[in-house]
Amino acid sequence: MLNSLLIALSITLMYSAPLTLAAIGGVISERSGVVNIGIEGMMSLGALTGAVVGYFSHSAWLGLMCAGLAGGALALLHAIASISFRADQTVSGIAINLIGPGFAMFLSRYFFEGASVTYPVPEKLPKFINFSYLKGTPFANFNIDVSVVLAFMVVVVTWFVLYKTKWGLRIRALGEHPAAVDTLGVSVYRSRYACVIISGILAGIGGGTVTLAVISQFNPMAISGQGFIALAAVIFGKWKPWGAYAACLLFGFSQALVVMLGDGTVRIPSTILSMIPYVLTIFILIIFVGRSSAPRASGVPYEKGAR
Amino acid sequence: MHDISREYAVQMHGITKYFGPHKVLDNIDLDIKKGKIHAVLGENGAGKSTLMSILYGMYSADYGKIYLSGQEAHIGNPSDAISQGIGMVHQHFMLVDKFTVLQNIVLGNETTNFFGVLNMRKAKKKVLDIIEKYGMKVDLKEKIKNLSVGMQQKVEILKALYRGSEVLILDEPTAVLTPMEVDELFETMNSLKQDGKTIIIITHKLKEIKKSAETCTIIRKGRLIDAVNVDDETEQSLAEKMVGRQIKLFVDKQDRVPGKTIFEIKNLSVRCERGIETVKNLSMKIRSGEIYGLAGIEGNGQTELLQCILGRRHADAGKIIMNGKEIQNTDIKNVLDSKISFIHADRHKYGCVLDMTVADNAIMEKYREKPFSVNGFLNHEERDKFTKQIIETYDIRPTNCSHQKIRNLSGGNQQKLVIGREIANNPDLLIAVQPTRGLDVGAIEYVHSTLVNLRDQGKAVLLISLELDEILNLSDKIAVIYGGEIVGEFRQNESDEQKIGLLMAGGKEND
Repeated sequence: MLNSLLIALSITLMYSAPLTLAAIGGVISERSGVVNIGIEGMMSLGALTGAVVGYFSHSAWLGLMCAGLAGGALALLHAIASISFRADQTVSGIAINLIGPGFAMFLSRYFFEGASVTYPVPEKLPKFINFSYLKGTPFANFNIDVSVVLAFMVVVVTWFVLYKTKWGLRIRALGEHPAAVDTLGVSVYRSRYACVIISGILAGIGGGTVTLAVISQFNPMAISGQGFIALAAVIFGKWKPWGAYAACLLFGFSQALVVMLGDGTVRIPSTILSMIPYVLTIFILIIFVGRSSAPRASGVPYEKGAR
Repeated sequence: MHDISREYAVQMHGITKYFGPHKVLDNIDLDIKKGKIHAVLGENGAGKSTLMSILYGMYSADYGKIYLSGQEAHIGNPSDAISQGIGMVHQHFMLVDKFTVLQNIVLGNETTNFFGVLNMRKAKKKVLDIIEKYGMKVDLKEKIKNLSVGMQQKVEILKALYRGSEVLILDEPTAVLTPMEVDELFETMNSLKQDGKTIIIITHKLKEIKKSAETCTIIRKGRLIDAVNVDDETEQSLAEKMVGRQIKLFVDKQDRVPGKTIFEIKNLSVRCERGIETVKNLSMKIRSGEIYGLAGIEGNGQTELLQCILGRRHADAGKIIMNGKEIQNTDIKNVLDSKISFIHADRHKYGCVLDMTVADNAIMEKYREKPFSVNGFLNHEERDKFTKQIIETYDIRPTNCSHQKIRNLSGGNQQKLVIGREIANNPDLLIAVQPTRGLDVGAIEYVHSTLVNLRDQGKAVLLISLELDEILNLSDKIAVIYGGEIVGEFRQNESDEQKIGLLMAGGKEND
């Protein structure tokens, strides 16, 4: 019993880390007034970049950094389109979601002789807690990835910045009433650019943790919906860092259920089991989308002097 | 134009501004002495807001110079303006609903410890000092969304004062206030003036200029018309300078004996969304050839009453009778078919579809009827013919606008189209809600005379307005609504402003 609990906890945390990083990115972007549905695409490119850099450099940390940069670069594209050119943010986000995985696949084939699966990285991200030396006790199976700690730290820092600093006050105001911020002499465009790029960096890192901590290589299924699940977590978590974190833990747990129930003791086809996280997402969205209140100006391009 | 001098808080000389090929400001001069309340008067679209936006750094002038206290100033953006002591209260408030009063005040100019960590306690002390100094009562912990419009305006003024503004620009500050809140605003303005602040008030309301300002600059179509001492002018002379022609501030209205009752409400009760009874046992009778004015402060059941007449809200009890037929709890189409037409308070939300053309807006209610549609196909020729007729009859400008988006028309012209459309329905009862909201003097004159014409043709008009002057000026019969009940009913000649004002505020007639 204790054994299963500890395993479930490990898996939950492991799967929730990438979601958390991406979801916090979503929170930051949306609170500043830019809807970022391109998270999925940014995660994909981050996952590929992490795997490639990790493989060639033998450094998982360098891979993770580059994953963040790749996500940030893609987010810059989204920012240019949706902030400077005031494109429809949903359309721009969809474009990002098409570019991200497509470009990732292209790079994979380019670097690995036409293969859509990269070679495993020689070195995964280290474990923060690892009890594998306690062989024979239930604790042997309990371990915590460093990405879990990273995700937790991002939540704490984001919460602090959003609610305790002047930057946070401005970001929150941006999402509600950008003209108010503008008329007080703070640049709406620059601030939103910063938030969208940070959002992309976090999504990229989130993708990187998938290929550098969860599995050790990139494949076309590495990022399959995590970005959208993260978006659902943003909504379920009411656009708040802790709320989004809790939602990600729930989604991570559903992923753990897939793994735990898939060991053959329960006679349910694995294809049905793997639906759990997605079905849960849909249910949560059905129940909560109507009720939660998004930042008022989220999704609306800011135009100076518009009525 | 005056010489550059330290006596003047603000001097703007030779300001010219183009929007594309249009010259919206043509060589405007503005001189405002320190410690004065100065009005900038002009019709909608005259350029007064543009001029002030230049002073606040939101636009830059193509030509001209700005001097503050005798020094030439460069104001490229709002933060330049703020740092040089200029504050602005915008017509549409720039407040974040979900934030507290204090958060809104400090936003963009936060008091912080290290690394941008907020120190709200210190900020609060500073704000409390200002509040005490000018006697403005505001609860700093309250969220903006829970405040009245008047309170929100105070927060906006506090925002400017917190940033050390010496010159305060108020853009149409009274447009959204109740009469009592207007008086409070003037008190605040005076206490700021006592402290040596300079106040610029942008407005097109003459009465308020007479009440509050000392000097006044009048702008018409982007040109400077005059700069005057308010005491030397009358409302009439200011109005003529603003509009550029003779104008009637009061409607000429012949006495007329009204006909029989055509619209009646009997003991009507309606609940609002939250289930509270906001219209209580209300009765009224409107006769043909009569303008029936319903005066009251916002939120006393007018909205629910209106929705109920329109068939959009369920009547719990009572009857609404039009031409002898009961119409309560039917549907909108039935109400319109019983010869009632509406001019809604919010023409942007209910009156028209802003991104559709003027012509499409003109047939909005009749598109499915002949001749505008035949067998389900629209007849564009008939539509355009009809639109042209309205444009000509109601002098809508530009005259070739029928295929432009209605968004591009001025508020006055939008309203003329709505009124023209509704009157073309040939209604027996026209319900006009705030028909002159946001319109300037010229357009108001037009709307008022149209309503009186309608009444002279033997139609009935129900006028619901928050502007007491409008009600007193137009109505043959005046009723006051308070707390969902009619608390008093007068003939036009037996009412006086004080008595009605008191009833509107919930006072008793004998007090």
